[in-house]
Amino acid sequence: MPDTSIPDTGIQDPAYNYAYLDEQTKRMIRRAILKAVAVPGYQVPFGGREMPLPYGWGTGGIQVTAAIVGQADTLKVIDQGADDTTNAVSIRRFFARVADVATTTATQDATIIQTRHRVPETPLREGQILVFQVPIPEPLRMLEPRETETRTLHALSEYGVMQVSLYESIARHGRIAKTYNYPVLVNGRYIMSPSPIPKFDNPKLDRSPALQLYGAGREKRIYAVPPYTPVKSLDFDDHPFEIETWSECCELCGSRESFLDEMIVDDQGKRLFVCSDTDYCEGRR
Amino acid sequence: MNGASETPLLSARSVTKRFGGRIACRDVSFDLWPGEVLGIVGESGSGKTTLLNCLAGRLAPDEGSVAYESAAAGSVDVHRLSEARRRLLARTEWGFVNQDAREGLRMGVSAGANIGERLMAVGARHYGNIRGAAADWLSRVEIEADRLDDRPIDFSGGMRQRLQIARNLVSNPRLVFMDEPTGGLDVSVQARILDLLRGLVEGLHLSAVLVTHDLGVARLLTHRLMVMQGGAVVEEGLTDQVLDDPQHAYTQMLVASILPV
Amino acid sequence: MYVAVKGGETAIAHSLDFVADKRRGDRDLAELSLDQIDQQLGLAVDRVMTEGSCYDRQLAALAIKQARGDLIEAVFLLRAYRTTLPRFGDSVPLDTARMVAERRISAAFKDVPGGQVLGPTYDYTHRLLDFTLAAAGERPVAPTAPADIAQALPHVGDILAREGLLEPPPATDAPPQDLTREPLSFPADRPLRLQNLARGDEGFLLALGYSTQRGYGNNHPFVGEIRYGHVPVAFVPEELGFEIEIAEIEVTECDMVNQFAGSAEVPPQFTRGYGLAFGHAERKAIAMALVDRALRVRELGESVEAPAQDEEFVLAHSDNVEASGFVQHLKLPHYVDFQSELVVVRALRAEVEKRLAETAPLTQAAE
Repeated sequence: MPDTSIPDTGIQDPAYNYAYLDEQTKRMIRRAILKAVAVPGYQVPFGGREMPLPYGWGTGGIQVTAAIVGQADTLKVIDQGADDTTNAVSIRRFFARVADVATTTATQDATIIQTRHRVPETPLREGQILVFQVPIPEPLRMLEPRETETRTLHALSEYGVMQVSLYESIARHGRIAKTYNYPVLVNGRYIMSPSPIPKFDNPKLDRSPALQLYGAGREKRIYAVPPYTPVKSLDFDDHPFEIETWSECCELCGSRESFLDEMIVDDQGKRLFVCSDTDYCEGRR
Repeated sequence: MNGASETPLLSARSVTKRFGGRIACRDVSFDLWPGEVLGIVGESGSGKTTLLNCLAGRLAPDEGSVAYESAAAGSVDVHRLSEARRRLLARTEWGFVNQDAREGLRMGVSAGANIGERLMAVGARHYGNIRGAAADWLSRVEIEADRLDDRPIDFSGGMRQRLQIARNLVSNPRLVFMDEPTGGLDVSVQARILDLLRGLVEGLHLSAVLVTHDLGVARLLTHRLMVMQGGAVVEEGLTDQVLDDPQHAYTQMLVASILPV
Repeated sequence: MYVAVKGGETAIAHSLDFVADKRRGDRDLAELSLDQIDQQLGLAVDRVMTEGSCYDRQLAALAIKQARGDLIEAVFLLRAYRTTLPRFGDSVPLDTARMVAERRISAAFKDVPGGQVLGPTYDYTHRLLDFTLAAAGERPVAPTAPADIAQALPHVGDILAREGLLEPPPATDAPPQDLTREPLSFPADRPLRLQNLARGDEGFLLALGYSTQRGYGNNHPFVGEIRYGHVPVAFVPEELGFEIEIAEIEVTECDMVNQFAGSAEVPPQFTRGYGLAFGHAERKAIAMALVDRALRVRELGESVEAPAQDEEFVLAHSDNVEASGFVQHLKLPHYVDFQSELVVVRALRAEVEKRLAETAPLTQAAE
């Protein structure tokens, strides 16, 4: 059994096939990815496997990355925008161990970026792939718990229930109070969950030059948004979609354009704000 | 009842439905004309609800057909339509008022959202306008304006039924199916809702198929009547004629058993 | 000035060392061997094999040792390992009629052909803590005598079915789908449901089965038969074209006899529920049979009235590896999402407070 406590040696662990999954499984996942790219925003079921990280920890994203990564790639992994959070570190170590792939923290140097809950601030280029970790792929799930019914609603483009939920939010709060996992319409056809990224990041998805792949391991769904595809956040004409803003700027680099994390620095409740995207922040300092 | 040079709005031909060995409704045929309200009466178990569900596309008959003259596409065979088109029809040109309003409402969202849903489902995207239309319909079904943001879970049975009616009518349907719309409500509440329905049906020139076991409701709302017994239509004709001068023994029994008010 | 804290990788490495240390515990105490776990904690090994969907006692024992006794964690380890195993093919369906049974009982009849064989079970024990077990010391081995266990025990269900009293066992030649290869989709047919239940969490199925007995979708169950023992596993290699026995495994099988269905035209028959587990696992097999029967509502023309009858509810939540992952993932950082929520809640509060402040002076003036 592999020893889980040895440090990275930078050499692929010979006990496993390249990137852990066997070739048949990778082929199966790539077929699902191709189907997903061909129908933007549509959730493709796939035969997800148990991985050595738990469900909820990014097994979908890991399987997608494992299926597409090769020796010529450079991999960046972030969680909440940071390269050094526990989840990002764990996944990066996993791939360093089972795949002979270079890793980086610099967004512009990466060919594959696997992310949990953020889109990098640095604009992406053609040729880059953004792999999202998705907990609940079904955007209608909280409105309609039955999979048989949501499948039908997507097939028939019956999205009234989603618009009703946005109406209800305005009636109750005076605004659409959804702040992350904000539903979008992809290519004018399918309503999609962009994963729990803050709505701040939604505009980055619209017509991005990069390929977006979304993997949900526990729910066993893959979906995709090909480059330059329209992605529109749902709203009303008189309550248009808006992103979050802060009156503060980043304490470390001064940015007023990025998503800021709030840090509580003393027990009097003193707060300051720092860029969530660590690579972006460092690049400005 | 029929205007000049019109085709029937709804045509049933030999509609038959079985459940296992039991015939629920047998060989039912009729034409419904624009602006007409057809009543289907009988006791429970007579097959009237099964028939209604077959007409509304909710149940597939074992034999026979149902044709609807749609606004956009001319005559369509209701059961040959794709599910997508049938569901679209049900949300736009048709209405269906259930006996239990809970089956026809979203209990967890506001009255305004309930009424606005059909508009949003066909692309309405201006919150203010949707809300305005919902408020307008709320008053037309005589619910107080300040209940617009309340949820039907907090409404009385009569108010829920009014809300269900509004939710159906907001899309200006041409044909409304009603299954015992006042069943289970207090007598005084029933009377007010019947009044409301009569006013709306006449004012909007709606066509309707109304199932009821209550001959008083039939008298008040319907132009024509079909009497069902054991799955078969035993008598039909103009409502007043059937109720004042019943020919079939079963109809006579029904009429005789109404308690004078 | 605020300095972002670094050193996450080192902290993680230390955490791994720490948990490995805790797992081993006091070095003065003898380390557990896999054989000890297999033998003396054998029922834990049975459960891990069943929910791990992998019959290998040594691997399951290792998983239990590595997981320090946390059985759901052990199931996860075994499942992850299973992902790496190549698949040669599918065995021939197990023929439990050929089981050499250590235990076989029926609650439906006082006596059955082959007899009520009690075998090893806690059912007849008194649950009094045995403090003699706290001290090491050998028990004498129980005396044995020759018994006619090689005789095949006919299934009680077959006897009832021959009379037409019990619906015949389902017959299908269609190869079953495999949940470990393809995702679950609804509606799910019975073979797929049974696979899902077999690997499902015992506690979850126990609760659901129990709920049916308490009136949430009661189906009047009787244990037609429980049998536990060895069965051969047969496989047909392509090169040979005939069956060879490749292994012998222990399984527990439960045939439940449930509420009869029928009408004036169709003569009534009892209906079936089925449960199967690796090793000796009667609670699991019975619970599985109760839930199997509850989920057959569609094919038996019954209506869904209770959670145990709700296919999507039961099958989507039965997998404890999926459940544990998602439930525990809440420990992962969610501070970006939370930050968005903070922004909105503060804004909403400000609006409400402002509105209250504006109306307050008016009411004061009115007074």
